[in-house]
Amino acid sequence: MERIPILKMGEYLLVTIQVDMHDRLAMTLQDDLTARIVAAHAKGVLIDISALEIVDSFIGRMLADIAAMSRVLDAETVVVGMRPAVAITLVELGLSLTGVRTALNVERGMDMLRHRIRSRLDG
Amino acid sequence: MNELSVLHDLVAKNEDDILRRWVDRQLGAASFRADRISKAELSDQSRRFLSLFRQSLASGNADLHAPAWAGIREMLEDLSGSRAQQGFSPSETALFIFSLKETLFERLQDQLATDPKAATQLILDTSQVLDRIGLFTTEVYQRGRERVIIHQQQELMELSTPVVTLWEGVLALPIIGTLDSSRTQVVMESLLQRIVETGAAIAIIDITGVPTVDTLTAQHLLKTVAAARLMGADCIISGIRPQIAQTIVHLGVDLGTVVTKSTLADAFAIALRRLNLSVTRVAAPKKRRPDGDEADRLEDRVED
Repeated sequence: MERIPILKMGEYLLVTIQVDMHDRLAMTLQDDLTARIVAAHAKGVLIDISALEIVDSFIGRMLADIAAMSRVLDAETVVVGMRPAVAITLVELGLSLTGVRTALNVERGMDMLRHRIRSRLDG
Repeated sequence: MNELSVLHDLVAKNEDDILRRWVDRQLGAASFRADRISKAELSDQSRRFLSLFRQSLASGNADLHAPAWAGIREMLEDLSGSRAQQGFSPSETALFIFSLKETLFERLQDQLATDPKAATQLILDTSQVLDRIGLFTTEVYQRGRERVIIHQQQELMELSTPVVTLWEGVLALPIIGTLDSSRTQVVMESLLQRIVETGAAIAIIDITGVPTVDTLTAQHLLKTVAAARLMGADCIISGIRPQIAQTIVHLGVDLGTVVTKSTLADAFAIALRRLNLSVTRVAAPKKRRPDGDEADRLEDRVED
């Protein structure tokens, strides 16, 4: 059965979505990711969707769900690498992912995570 | 279609005479514009029209969209276009056709004085055919106008959505004119494309040039902001005039968490601060030494 790999980088987890998502895959990803966040004591999750060319309301909701789950487990989520066409589609669908942080690429996303976690520790 | 063949015979038999009378009538009319069209050109157009008209009548088909009328349609399209360029109004172009009616009726009267009933029927049919041709010129004229309008719309669309790089990582999007859905689409696409190309983290949308903001415009703005945010760029809306601020509040538009500033300069200042940059005034310029330029440049480098 296909799975989406979850890579651990220090205290962050990196998820790269490169295949078309469907219900079962999304459920598996949510299971795996929440388990890994707990097991690895992850402080942040980066979801790279730069390979996704087509996004529908289902994926939009899945991203929002993952962000919400991670937040409950005290990990920040950043979605990175969205393509312009995908961004426009999501906005037209009325899904502006208000609860999800976004960044242009993995590098920027990583910076954002570090910054957020540092400021949270300071505060 | 008996009447059409009668008409055809009439025109064929008296073509030269009809042409001469028709051209004379046009030249004598009060609406003749000697400043716009020469006598020679007018007679040439009339001659071509009349001969095509005769050929089409020979088919016996009164439907202007039939293949038999293709020649005349083509000629009228040319004529309509050239007349429009010469500065004729559409009704003046249509009058060119309608004036043929009177000439033809004169001939018909001579021809059919003996049979008034047939004459009336013939006049009605002739009138119908020529009316249709006259209206066709107006239609063509209008189509030409529409093409011009569509072309200008497209040009406007391309012209009015530049994305400017203000500083490394700061884009500006000065919007001029009304923001409708099709323009929003273009604006959004070009903005997001530039965000990818430049890696900009902040985009300033300046609406100084937007005449009015209604709920729909505000919605379009918010969409653009949301799309830019999904790409990881923050948006600042600037150039909000006092009246627009009032309108936004009266309409109950919720701009949510979007940062708004009254001028582009304020927005740029915020953008620089977020990027940990600052603009400072340098000390007053010193007197120039003989080799001033070189020395100044050296000094600048030290200050950096």
